[in-house]
Amino acid sequence: MSDLLILRIVAKLLIPYILLFGLYVQTHGDFGPGGGFQAGVIFASGFILYALVFGVANARRVVPPRLMATLIALGVLLFAGVGLAALLMGGNYLEYAVFADQPARGNHIGIWLVELGVGITVSAVMLTIFLTIAGRGR
Amino acid sequence: MISLHLPALQVVVPLISAPLCVLLRRGFGAWLLATVIAWTAFAISLALLAQVLSDGALSYKMGGWAAPWGIEYRIDRLNAFMLVIVAGIGALVMPCAYHSVAREIAPERQHLFYAAFMLALTGLLGIVITGDVFNLYVFLEITSLASYTLVALGADRRALRASFQYLVLGTIGATFILIGIGLLYMVTGTLNMADLAARIPALQELRPVRAAFAFIVVGAGLKLALFPLHLWLPNAYTYAPSVVSAFLAATATKVGVYVLMRFIFTVFGARFAFEMMPLGEILMVLGLLAVMVGSLVAVFQTNVKRMLAYSSIAQIGYMALGISFASVNGLVAGIVHLFNHAAMKGALFLALACVFYRLGSVELDAMRGLGRRMPLTMATFVAAGMSLVGVPLTVGFISKWYLVVAAIESGLWPVAVIVLVASLLALVYIWRVVEVAYFREPDGDAPEVTEAPAAMLVPTMALAAACIYFGIDTELTVGVATEAALSLLEGGP
Amino acid sequence: MDVIGHYNYWVSIVLMMAGFYMVIASANLVKKLVGLNVFQTAVFLLYITMSKVSVPDCAIDCGTAPIFKEGFTVYSNPLPSVLILTAIVVSVSTTAVALAIIVRIKEAYGSVEEDEMLRRDGE
Repeated sequence: MSDLLILRIVAKLLIPYILLFGLYVQTHGDFGPGGGFQAGVIFASGFILYALVFGVANARRVVPPRLMATLIALGVLLFAGVGLAALLMGGNYLEYAVFADQPARGNHIGIWLVELGVGITVSAVMLTIFLTIAGRGR
Repeated sequence: MISLHLPALQVVVPLISAPLCVLLRRGFGAWLLATVIAWTAFAISLALLAQVLSDGALSYKMGGWAAPWGIEYRIDRLNAFMLVIVAGIGALVMPCAYHSVAREIAPERQHLFYAAFMLALTGLLGIVITGDVFNLYVFLEITSLASYTLVALGADRRALRASFQYLVLGTIGATFILIGIGLLYMVTGTLNMADLAARIPALQELRPVRAAFAFIVVGAGLKLALFPLHLWLPNAYTYAPSVVSAFLAATATKVGVYVLMRFIFTVFGARFAFEMMPLGEILMVLGLLAVMVGSLVAVFQTNVKRMLAYSSIAQIGYMALGISFASVNGLVAGIVHLFNHAAMKGALFLALACVFYRLGSVELDAMRGLGRRMPLTMATFVAAGMSLVGVPLTVGFISKWYLVVAAIESGLWPVAVIVLVASLLALVYIWRVVEVAYFREPDGDAPEVTEAPAAMLVPTMALAAACIYFGIDTELTVGVATEAALSLLEGGP
Repeated sequence: MDVIGHYNYWVSIVLMMAGFYMVIASANLVKKLVGLNVFQTAVFLLYITMSKVSVPDCAIDCGTAPIFKEGFTVYSNPLPSVLILTAIVVSVSTTAVALAIIVRIKEAYGSVEEDEMLRRDGE
């Protein structure tokens, strides 16, 4: 943990807004600039800041590696599952138009779900990469 | 209804199994799932081949977007055949993997090993099935990343060095392909292979098209380990876990050759590649060098895995030679050899996996007298080895026959002679193993070993049996290869 | 031939060769990886700069960001940026895998210098 008071206070103030901004980019990705990749990285960077200031051991208590591995897998499954759902509802793989009565609304739902999967996986992967390499050899 | 979606399922089913392997957290559960999925993928690929053979090329619109704009999966005879090779090897390697992985990989990493293995399979199937050049790049990188990880899991610390070397060269190769794709997109504005093929003839005088061709050929050359871009291959195959060596040696470089063929014949067209660009001469010289140098170096190896790795470089040289003739017989030789080499190298490396499972080593010295102690394994090795040499009634003979015919057709007698000389060299290095295994007494302190478990032996023998069966009944392999070669030379997918 | 007008290609080629040189010339694995990253980034620049659509002698209606707005009719091509987003993800993954391998090499060999590793393997 860092001894610098200013660093700790500023980090505590910033982290909630970083996470919130990550969620904003995530949820607005389907009709504005943003999306799962960017949101995932922003969201993970909040936790990485926490790990840098409060120590990797503390960060690991917040985000245990097993949970991360599960989230990585679930995100990919959500993405692939949306594709399969489209297939079961009579479209081609990943053809979102079948999710609603109008193609535009169907695309909206499909992209939102797929981006959610991407966001979950990307943030979990980024955190795992950071925590695995940072926590090595201690 | 499901038969309509087989092209998507071919890639998606193994893709979904990878995260499931991570979630299972148990080596055994992950292995069971991966095995079932690998066999499912094999069944799908057979169904696709049957569909393509009866109805002609299939097209699948990913996400329902029509062809030049969306990603199209396009399956003609060539890639249906490739899908069967890749999925078939995956399906046969998986039963062996259980024992071999249990011995070579730490228990807490086994489920991750199977996840990476499934991702590698997904990527290879994706490269083969897609009709979109950027999609091809993405799948290429999925496979490559999974393979770097798999190679790094080898027990020896040199596996890490080999993996890093593979990563650097593989990334450079993939980036070259990316540059080529970018240049093509710059002048044509499309990424769809069929659309590119339609637009390139009008633009083939432009410098970016020629630069793109050069970048893609060099990039694909790195991926398929074409001499002299093969430096990553011997170390990667020597130090990787046994089943990974078997799987990658039988599939990854073949898929690289497929990518090269696809770009040369479908995207750029044979006329551009062989008449406007000097590709035929380049591939012929490099192929001949690969055949000679690879075989010669293989003769002097003491580690049998490394010997087979160098022999792979020589075999890739045969495929490059086949392409370089740009004639029907040459291409048939190349395409048939994709299948034949996959079968025989798969069998040879799996036999070595059995040897390593019992012996803990694949050094030539350690294999003394193994012919009596592991008779079935070594008999399989010899059968597949004879095929590598090109003995009649084995698959190796078929591909060399077509290669020699193609060389004589083109009036290139010296090429035919070199092919035959290299076959003799193959006899020399296979004979070294045979001699040690059958005609040397084991050391006094050699460990007592018995035959490998049936789960490992049966798939190995199945592949070796394929080497002989398809050497006698060539109707399926040569038939598909001839039609694929004809459609490639006509141009267009 | 227009040399100045193609400055984006020059930038990209210089970066590419600089990265390539680092990959070949340095024996330190981390430096090699940095070189590889520079090499890949050069290609990203090649893609992104080629997507710019411009009109000769334009004052206001040059290729803009691809967002519909009154008064603009020429837009830059968004597709290469999307492609490069994917390629960047690939590059990040490659870097992560490479770093993980380097960490394990350091643990196994006690060094990340290539000549040192060769020496310790007795080759």
